[in-house]
Amino acid sequence: MIDFELSPRIKGTKNMIHMFAENALRPIARQYDENEHEKPTELLAMVQKVMGGGVAGAFGTESKEKKDKKEEGEPAKKKPRETNLAGAVTIEEIFWGDAGIALSFPGPGLGGAAVQASGTPEQKEKFLARFSGEKPVWGAMAITEPEAGSDTANIKTTAVLDGDEWVLNGEKIFVTSGKSALEDSEGFVVVWATVDRKAGRAGIKPFVVEHGTPGMEITKVEDKLGIRCSDTVSISFMDCRIPKENILGSPEVVDKTKTEGFKKVMATFDATRPLVAAMAIGVGTAALDFLKETLAEEGVELRYGINPCRMTALERDIMQMEADLKAARLLTWRAVWMLDNGLRNDLQASMAKAKAGLAVTRITQKAVELMGPLGYSRELLLEKWMRDSKINDIFEGTGQIQLLVTARRILGFSREQLK
Amino acid sequence: MVSFELSDEQKMVQETVASFAADQIEPMMRESDETNSVPEDVIAKGWELGLLGGCIPEEYEGFGEEASALTGVIAMEELGWGDLSIALHLMAPSVMALSVLDQGTEEQKKQLLPHFCGEEYKAASCALVEPFYNFCASSLRTTAVRDGEEYVINGKKCLVPLAQESENMLVFAATSPGMGFSGVDAFIVPTATKGVAVGEREKNMGIKALATYPVVFQDCRVPAASRLGGDQGCDFLRLLSRSRLALAALAVGMSRHALEHSRDYATQRVAFGEPIGSRQAIAFMIAEMAIEVDATRLLTWEAAWRCDKNMDFYKEAALAKNYAADMAMMVCDRGVQIMGGHGYVRDNPVELWFRNARGFATFEGMAMV
Repeated sequence: MIDFELSPRIKGTKNMIHMFAENALRPIARQYDENEHEKPTELLAMVQKVMGGGVAGAFGTESKEKKDKKEEGEPAKKKPRETNLAGAVTIEEIFWGDAGIALSFPGPGLGGAAVQASGTPEQKEKFLARFSGEKPVWGAMAITEPEAGSDTANIKTTAVLDGDEWVLNGEKIFVTSGKSALEDSEGFVVVWATVDRKAGRAGIKPFVVEHGTPGMEITKVEDKLGIRCSDTVSISFMDCRIPKENILGSPEVVDKTKTEGFKKVMATFDATRPLVAAMAIGVGTAALDFLKETLAEEGVELRYGINPCRMTALERDIMQMEADLKAARLLTWRAVWMLDNGLRNDLQASMAKAKAGLAVTRITQKAVELMGPLGYSRELLLEKWMRDSKINDIFEGTGQIQLLVTARRILGFSREQLK
Repeated sequence: MVSFELSDEQKMVQETVASFAADQIEPMMRESDETNSVPEDVIAKGWELGLLGGCIPEEYEGFGEEASALTGVIAMEELGWGDLSIALHLMAPSVMALSVLDQGTEEQKKQLLPHFCGEEYKAASCALVEPFYNFCASSLRTTAVRDGEEYVINGKKCLVPLAQESENMLVFAATSPGMGFSGVDAFIVPTATKGVAVGEREKNMGIKALATYPVVFQDCRVPAASRLGGDQGCDFLRLLSRSRLALAALAVGMSRHALEHSRDYATQRVAFGEPIGSRQAIAFMIAEMAIEVDATRLLTWEAAWRCDKNMDFYKEAALAKNYAADMAMMVCDRGVQIMGGHGYVRDNPVELWFRNARGFATFEGMAMV
């Protein structure tokens, strides 16, 4: 039965998180934008204490109870879960508060999501338990290299097996929360490296590298356009040795498109792309809410329902923003609902991210434009939201990559048929 | 609890209407457009599906439990996929029937609803749109003024579907001009009433197979009892919003068809040694079309769901309809563009959808869920 009403449980969480976002994040949002590379340490410690694995759940892993159930064979069809929907709703609210601070929240992050998606039960236990402790811990993911962004087949970081150890060499960039994971906490980073360059994508494997591993060094902390509270780092690997069992999935180089392991890796994106869409929607909602509140205070009425030919330019813009935002949210909910119900959602995940990333980039830019000098001023948060939101059309696959994935699925074309 | 799964009944409606659209409607699309006429046998068969009768309760000779806007938009999408003209012709009586069912007095229901429950299709019309560049349903120029036990209607209407063929039309007029949507009322007017002048059939850019007419009301007197809802009048914005849901869904269906056509062409048409869909310039257009078709469907579903839940849905319906109008134009324009010259010739259907698509910006009150 088609239904757009959130369950009472999710609604409750949503309201709680919204209050938290309003009272704890908004007031300090500007401070951690102006003072890049500083962290609201106390807040993050509090977040860890209060939410423990809770927020972590939203970022890719599930609560202990759910996880245990899932590992018992995981039948394809069972009673509906709402884990991913709850995650999307939660994330939207946190990002409504502040995207930069939200991105610096402790938790397993994308690295944890990769472990969750393709790790063995032992690996999950070993690497993920730390996130539900007292102290904040971060997980990170390192895929991008100076010469390999979306083109992951071009990854040059190598992993060579030497006895009981993998030896990593190479350079990674744009690692979100890399510093938090490796220097500020006892976290880890999941590093994507090739075990066989000739094998292309099939040779690229994820490896878990623990904080403090010799041969791994953070070489740069990026200064960014937005989401400044979140650290983005470059990591250099020089004969970095890690245990043999830290590889996620099979070390075999085979045609990965036909293996379960590869599907699991791709499943990471199916789960994370809608969440990035939810992040975008949170920021977009912040901008639109603010815009509409300001107009209401100024006594500007928005005449919904009249013919567009009679609308003011302002009304048209706002209604377009509102519809785009809602469309993005519904596409996102559909993608996570499918995931929760065990349905293949790669197409819908990419559609949601493509729509949300671009829509919110435009919505926040439009909001700054419509508010004139107020929009452009750093006294208010609109200009920050415009800078923050841009990342959503870039990370976890640019908007163009999402279109590529979507088009391949719609056209029934392979990677080779549609490059 | 959020769900995107259709109920079993909705799935059945969807499948039934989809196969009717594919087997009966779509094959007649081009011929209907070229000959400016809908195939009567298809309308007759379409009527047998009971889409309208299924919304009308037994006490009024229908066979429905209750009308669901959500089920309605699901059916409308499939009809729109088939052909817009035929869909609008088939569903033209829905505006009268569902308006009366929703807001008519008991007497109006008893008198009119059984007409729509028979085995044969019976046309009924609706006169809302007016021939002015800045037409807006919130400020109609057509007025209805109370005079004793009668209302006197004056004004000009256009895009009145099946005016010639219909026994009755639902005429929207301002009873309190300047009061916006709340100042509008609907009147059940027999087409034969004195003062009603149905003009020559209109020539439109699209929906050519649908017969539409200009209608002029000049001191047209109707009994006060013909006011929809009696002395209480009606919630015009509610009716308008439900018609917007229907139009949005029709736009989704038609655009989906254009998308599917473009997709197939892009995989088959070879240029420079490979299918044109292998180029991002084409592939990205198709991806965006697919995203927007789905986005519009979800906006429409959500608004219809709100309607079914008795939540406020007027704003959502308006947003969905306007979004659908823009989406349809974008998608169908690209449908033509992707085929290039082949899209411009009338051998192919995309130019037809392109012409139809622009209509959604103008259409109001031409179908209802």
